[in-house]
Amino acid sequence: MSAGASRTGRSLLLLAPLLLFLVGFFVWPLISMMSQAVSDPAVLRLLPRSAAVLADWDRASPPTMPMQAALIEDLKAVDDDQALGDMVRRLNSARSGFRTLMAKTTSALADTANPPADLVSIDQRWERPEFWLAIADALSPYTDRNLLAAVDLGRNAAGSIEHLPADQSVNRVILVRTFWIAALVTFACACIGFPYAIIAASLTGWKRDLMLGAVLLPLWTSLLVRTAAWFILLQEQGLINDLLRWLRIIDAPLPLIFNRTGVIIAMTHVLLPFMVLPIYSVLITIPKNLMPAAASLGAPPWRAFLRVLLPLSLRGVASGSLLVFISAIGYYITPALIGGPGDQMISSIIAFYATGSANWGMAGALGVVLLVATLLLYSVYARLSADEPGRR
Amino acid sequence: MPMKLARTAFAALTILFLVAPLIAILPLAFTSSVILTYPVPSWSLRWFEELFTADAWRRAIVNSLIIGTGTTLLATVLGTAASLGLRNRLLFFRGSMRTLFLLPMVVPAVVLGVGMQVLLAGFGLTNSYAGVIIAHTVVAVPFVVVSVTGALAGIDERVELAAQSLGAPPATVFRRVTLPLAMPGVLSGAVLAFATSLDEVVLTLFVAGPNQRTLARQMFSSIRENISPAIAAAAFLFIAATVVIGLIVVLSRSMLAKRR
Repeated sequence: MSAGASRTGRSLLLLAPLLLFLVGFFVWPLISMMSQAVSDPAVLRLLPRSAAVLADWDRASPPTMPMQAALIEDLKAVDDDQALGDMVRRLNSARSGFRTLMAKTTSALADTANPPADLVSIDQRWERPEFWLAIADALSPYTDRNLLAAVDLGRNAAGSIEHLPADQSVNRVILVRTFWIAALVTFACACIGFPYAIIAASLTGWKRDLMLGAVLLPLWTSLLVRTAAWFILLQEQGLINDLLRWLRIIDAPLPLIFNRTGVIIAMTHVLLPFMVLPIYSVLITIPKNLMPAAASLGAPPWRAFLRVLLPLSLRGVASGSLLVFISAIGYYITPALIGGPGDQMISSIIAFYATGSANWGMAGALGVVLLVATLLLYSVYARLSADEPGRR
Repeated sequence: MPMKLARTAFAALTILFLVAPLIAILPLAFTSSVILTYPVPSWSLRWFEELFTADAWRRAIVNSLIIGTGTTLLATVLGTAASLGLRNRLLFFRGSMRTLFLLPMVVPAVVLGVGMQVLLAGFGLTNSYAGVIIAHTVVAVPFVVVSVTGALAGIDERVELAAQSLGAPPATVFRRVTLPLAMPGVLSGAVLAFATSLDEVVLTLFVAGPNQRTLARQMFSSIRENISPAIAAAAFLFIAATVVIGLIVVLSRSMLAKRR
């Protein structure tokens, strides 16, 4: 018993470093990304006194004097212009008109020679509860605004969820495009990879080694090198266009780069091994005499394929397709280098929000969408590969 | 017969599709021209010279070696220790822990990159070698775990029990029996970790500063900004390194197999 306990202790001691490392530098980053998506401290950080007073407000009656006094105190205490800008942007997105109202109010408050008695004397709009309601709603440190915006939804003035107007609906286009490109690549990989795996599994000796080696070589080569290779090959003056012109198949160079065609070709090349290998590993477990048996019972080759080989290998095709699809939806490098502006996938948009415009809320929200989609598909994949008959 | 011909043609075309792009860019590394096209006017080593003398490229190569070495050491130590821990079948949550260890392979790099940048900024680790090595280790460690657990699963436990019954203390059993038997797995895990670090672009974009530009990062931005045959030369280096590393793995495996 004590030997078992000490063995468990030793195992835990061995596991602890990696466990702590991954919790600290893998799980925690993902959690902080998610919290970026829902955190919304821009208003609360600057208006702590108003937050205390507004908590007692009935959200309908005209603003009371303590409310106005608290907001004046808060606004006078602001010394960070950038934070003020963030807050005004946040409030303006909830209620248009806040930008001008705030500009007028802060400049009036800055005039220390004749201090205004209250906010209403600066601008009549401060009498209306809608503006106070916008502040009260924005005071919560959490928001679902980014998550909703990631799928082109928003809240209207009444607080119910509705579709954003068409001119603001960019994310759904990107999401649909991401899944569409991933589906096309998966389809292309299946069309090439399935027959390829069948041929490889039916061969023996050096021919099989050659076919498998041709799959493993790109897998071992750097992704960046493969993308660079396609970048060079697909150019207008690249090898493919030169070859096609030399063969007199085309007269003018085909546009192959910075468009969808190039992205699909390059991604299919990069991801094809992930389709071939799972299918191959299923096919080699199928007994070799099944197809001749079907033939001897009178089935023509196509029928033997449909009724015997296809059902038996479907699990491999499914795992391969999931693997390709999961990898494809997260792709960044290949679309960024080979694609045009109309071929950018969700990863590029996340990177743009994060590094280009420092909009961490939107980057986090789209990251959550991508992460959830990936993990859902992966759990299906994991179940599929755990059901392998050999492992049972 | 035409069926067989079609099969052969399909297989040959697919092999061409898979392998030809990698071979086609190799000669361009030796072009004397400033543009990346065929036919190559004449051969020269000027782009390799550029790679090793131009400041940006030389620093990128050095950075890749520093970060790759750090990542390999950290990932191999953490991954090997954890794989040894995972051998204990009595452990609670063994399956979930294994899943957690493999998950960094699945999570999209951009998602991890955004979180990593937020987190490392909090620690003041952005624009530092430590930050980049940590980020690379997260994505490299699954390869070590897969490779080492695979090697450990192939060890006949009776060998270890025999050593134990002959009076060897646990540390000696580990040093003289378990570790040598698992060594091929540890080595290929380390190689895969190095290769992962060498090839990693997306996390590097998020966490590295201008002083930690790696070779892959430098290639990425030069493809984007000013494409030149230096990229083909860098790709040549990558492919050559892959072949050399692959040979090392194969040779060390066959040497270990002979020793047994």
